[in-house]
Amino acid sequence: MADLSTVIHNIKLKNPVLTASGTFGYGIEFDDFFDVNLLGGFIVKGTTIHPRQGNLYPRMAETSSGMLNAVGLQNAGAQYFANEIYPKLTKYETNILVNVSGSTIDEYIACAEIINELDRIAGIELNISCPNVKEGGMAFGTSCPSAAAVVSAVRRVYNKTMIVKLSPNVTDIAEISRATEGAGADSLSLINTILGMAINAETRKPVLSTITGGLSGPAVKPIALRMVWQVAQAVKIPIIGLGGIMNATDAIEFFLAGASAIQVGTANFIDPLASVKIIDGIDNYLNRHKISAISDLIGCLHM
Amino acid sequence: MRKSVQNLKVIANLRLNDDHHLLQLHAPDQLENIIPGQFANIHVDQSQSIFLRRPFSIHAVDYESNIISILIKEVGDGTRSLAHSPVDSYLNVIFPLGNGFSIPSAKEKVLLVGGGCGVAPLLHLAQVLNRHKEHDINILLGSRSRTDLVELDQYAIYGKVFTTTEDGSFGEKGFVTDHSIFSTQLGSFSRIYCCGPEPMMKAVASKAKASSVWCEVSLENTMACGFGVCLCCVTETIQGHKCVCTDGPVFNINQLKWQI
Repeated sequence: MADLSTVIHNIKLKNPVLTASGTFGYGIEFDDFFDVNLLGGFIVKGTTIHPRQGNLYPRMAETSSGMLNAVGLQNAGAQYFANEIYPKLTKYETNILVNVSGSTIDEYIACAEIINELDRIAGIELNISCPNVKEGGMAFGTSCPSAAAVVSAVRRVYNKTMIVKLSPNVTDIAEISRATEGAGADSLSLINTILGMAINAETRKPVLSTITGGLSGPAVKPIALRMVWQVAQAVKIPIIGLGGIMNATDAIEFFLAGASAIQVGTANFIDPLASVKIIDGIDNYLNRHKISAISDLIGCLHM
Repeated sequence: MRKSVQNLKVIANLRLNDDHHLLQLHAPDQLENIIPGQFANIHVDQSQSIFLRRPFSIHAVDYESNIISILIKEVGDGTRSLAHSPVDSYLNVIFPLGNGFSIPSAKEKVLLVGGGCGVAPLLHLAQVLNRHKEHDINILLGSRSRTDLVELDQYAIYGKVFTTTEDGSFGEKGFVTDHSIFSTQLGSFSRIYCCGPEPMMKAVASKAKASSVWCEVSLENTMACGFGVCLCCVTETIQGHKCVCTDGPVFNINQLKWQI
């Protein structure tokens, strides 16, 4: 067996496979399917300071090789998470991270302060890239000054590892990545979903209640891969790659592009066992290529 | 039974009419305690346009032979592909999912109302209700015409069957809610179970509510996962948005914010 361990700032991962926020619930939902501790870690659902009902149904449209969603950060709020859900998560031994979102900088701060008190949460993933909320979310992640402002504000109150999740809906991803690194991010994860739209030709209406939504799945993988590669040239902090990863080969491509770890997202919906199959597949790949450690693969694209 | 991902073998594929197929799927492990109204999320062979699984009610369960039956109506590429699964092929299935219908413990007179492909979970429900022989089971099935009413003989094993067709080719003419059972017997039922197109379920729910009859409906919102993590299939309830896949698909009509 090859050495699959990797490091994201202060978080040691026994393998480089995490599950993406919003595709893995609170982990508990997968207990019937497999031992969640097999993962390098998991990132729980986007959490905000106030409870959110999310957007109206319909929130989902199937697309060629992917899907659009417009959930809109439905969650019961940070205090509910801390009081009711977190105690159920302390049974897990693997790394747990919380995706933190907000409509204003103050909301991000208040949410991060609550999560900061939870010992077993290894870090936060700051979501400045949700395309499905009217205020905040992606608006913070699409300009350098606002991205830097929210990251530096949360940096002042959050002591552990802070990953910043970037939006692909920007002109220059390298510029945004440098701004967030400069503002104190410990790591970057990319990409969040790509803004898209679906129309029902028969009814002549938009499919989603919000008209637009976020595209995910294999359809977005080439864009994600390109952005990870560009960001890897631009920053020194570790990168977590995600976007359409369905199997181990997809994951390997992200490591070669420069990601130190990956997240499995939409694939969890189709095959709840996808993430563990990907861990096994990465090990097989390394053995087959006689590479002793995953760290020997990161950023090693042959040009 | 705990949910799991299994490869089930297609041991029979019966064509019931132009667009309905009945698949019998054999499970390698012993089936246990599947609740009527629970569903299976079935993977469709890799194709660009069919990315997600397709959810189907569990139509019937044979615990002795370890078989679940799935009733499939061809409506698009995904259902068409699954409906034509060859015998001896395997389907990747996540099941059993969702909550299921409430089963009364004491003797009751119940009405099961199904329309279109919504009849699917009602056969399993009738099977389970019939285990308690004292229940008075009445089953009302509606469709466009005679050829769309499938497996009436199967339902008749478990209860009295009533039918409507929109073209009048079989049973009473009209929609299910036009059936005379509603004007003559509605108040005598202690429970109504309903599954079918949403406008039909709302019409049935409206009649049940007006006569203060307990009523459960099974919803069919589009979903990505089927086990409560994508949060795409929500319906509005008195307790806010709830997932049809895990908090449902069965809801008491009093929980829903339907304008009825």
